[in-house]
Amino acid sequence: MKEQGNRGEAAVNIGAEGSRGGIKVLKAGLLTTIQDLGRTGYRSSGITTGGAMDAYALRMANLLVGNEEGEAALEVTLIGPELEANTDLLIAVCGAYLEPTMDGEELPMWRPVFVPRGAVLRFGRAVSGCRAYIAAAGGFGVPRELGSRSTDVRAALGGLAGRRLAAGDVLPCGAGQGAAAPSRWAAAWATALARQGEAAAASAPEAAGRRLPWAAAPWFAPPGAYSGGDGEDGIVLRAMPGSEYGQFSVAAREALFRERYTVAPASDRMGCRLTGTPLARETRAELLSHGVTPGAVQVPPGGGPIILAADCQTTGGYPKIAHVAAVDMPLLAQAKPGDTIRFQPVTLAEAQRLDRRREQDIRYLAAAIRSRQP
Amino acid sequence: MGQLLFLRSGWPPSRISFTMGRKMRAGVRIMTVQVTPLGDRAIVLKQDDAAGAAGWKQMADLAWALEQQGEAWIIEIVPAYETVTVVYDSALLWREIEIGPEADSLLPYQLAERRLRLLIKNGRTAAERDVQGRRIDLPTYYGGEYGPDLEESAARAGMTASRFIEEHSKAEYTVAMIGFMPGFPYLSGLPEKLEQPRKPVPRAVVPAGSVGIAGKQTGVYPIATPGGWQIIGYTPIAMFNKERKDPVLLRAGDRIRFIPISGGEGSI
Repeated sequence: MKEQGNRGEAAVNIGAEGSRGGIKVLKAGLLTTIQDLGRTGYRSSGITTGGAMDAYALRMANLLVGNEEGEAALEVTLIGPELEANTDLLIAVCGAYLEPTMDGEELPMWRPVFVPRGAVLRFGRAVSGCRAYIAAAGGFGVPRELGSRSTDVRAALGGLAGRRLAAGDVLPCGAGQGAAAPSRWAAAWATALARQGEAAAASAPEAAGRRLPWAAAPWFAPPGAYSGGDGEDGIVLRAMPGSEYGQFSVAAREALFRERYTVAPASDRMGCRLTGTPLARETRAELLSHGVTPGAVQVPPGGGPIILAADCQTTGGYPKIAHVAAVDMPLLAQAKPGDTIRFQPVTLAEAQRLDRRREQDIRYLAAAIRSRQP
Repeated sequence: MGQLLFLRSGWPPSRISFTMGRKMRAGVRIMTVQVTPLGDRAIVLKQDDAAGAAGWKQMADLAWALEQQGEAWIIEIVPAYETVTVVYDSALLWREIEIGPEADSLLPYQLAERRLRLLIKNGRTAAERDVQGRRIDLPTYYGGEYGPDLEESAARAGMTASRFIEEHSKAEYTVAMIGFMPGFPYLSGLPEKLEQPRKPVPRAVVPAGSVGIAGKQTGVYPIATPGGWQIIGYTPIAMFNKERKDPVLLRAGDRIRFIPISGGEGSI
């Protein structure tokens, strides 16, 4: 084991303290879970896909710490957790702005950050958006269940024992903990940022004798188009007409794309419940249960729409008036209770073009990040 | 806002016709499915005739035929009563499928539709599938703390509780589809006189293993969840257990019986 004082002489060994785990949960926050890109291939067994609500933020956070884009990371909801590093780490925080601080100083988001052992990450209130993601180099070494590390709280699958995080949990992170070894890219950035922090500490005499400070990269990836919902139009979700669109009254079809809807407190990872102008259907005929997917806008008999989200049931029986374009699902992930949502019509063709362009953007960003050397 | 109808790519739906059943037998019939989009990442095949809830078998066969062909761009195949929902990955679709020079002018949806048409026509549509299903008995404690709604349900049906148990356990049920939650079986075959309304206020938690009735359906809750079904009993057989090789016990086509057991005998 190296001494604390002379780490500048060698590469920083992120994720080294194998036996102690990577990150200790001091406070759990409102709902903090481990998520990756979800569990595929089990919807015919009734098992939901799950995964990060804001897949864009999760993918960027992973890319920024040198991981595969679909590694497991922490999803933080509205009230963030308090986490202590048990080992040196390279992390990135992406998604909603929940006033993150590291050792009491503002933590810049959307970039790699070197975190020395003992540093404490805290969140404040949700200023903009609802969900933030914390990725760590090497990912989190919880076992995959049915092919995924995503936490499905209802089925008690994945994550840490299939449940939300609690104070006192220690999250396995780094090599030897069931997680992947941090990439060479991550190790190089961790070392460079640790030296940068060391140099800064040396020039500040009052910090003498303290441990190495944390340090963030001077560059960052583009944030997603997040909206706190406080603009005049709130969050605008592009949506296609749904399978039963034609069964709704003309008034309902017009209202859907004209009125503003409010996100209800009962919203969760299964679905976003909206209040506003009720949407009437012209037939009372019940539908037989059929497959549904995230983005479907169901309308129960009461008329208040529900936008299905990552943890949605695999089959349902309510009529679907619309379907939110996949490219806008990260915006829905950032909608919090009280936010305003407006639907904007989009064609299937346009939605698929937008989806393709987003995927291309992510590929370019991934290449740009990989080529950025310290 | 009438022009919104024009936004519906994939509308009116295209149709795919194919033969279903054992080709050597006289029972072969032509089936037609409507093809429509479900958002921008899924496609729905819906039975065109009025088979309704009885159509589950054709849909299970169609899903099976698609699964057998193992296409990487298809990430989920979800059969239900009268639909098969196919979730696709557009990027894999572009990458994996040999397409002509018109590829760039086609939407992933159109590519998926063309490819599915081919798969369905070429598929060994249920010809070699074991269509028998399995017979599975579910030992069930009726009434008492395990079935808090038994007495009330029996009263509504105008019979005694023991008669209600007899009727419910005498019938043979068929798993029409699995969905809603992990391993949840939609069972058909509930005798009409046992039909029950949903509870006006759903329970906050219905324990895993609870046997319930709602409308024309009877089923078993695989996991503890809020629920509005009338709970008449409990089976210790797990519908869902992630430790098993196949975590979900039942599949479409299985034939189910509830076998009454009494807690007093301590048989379980």
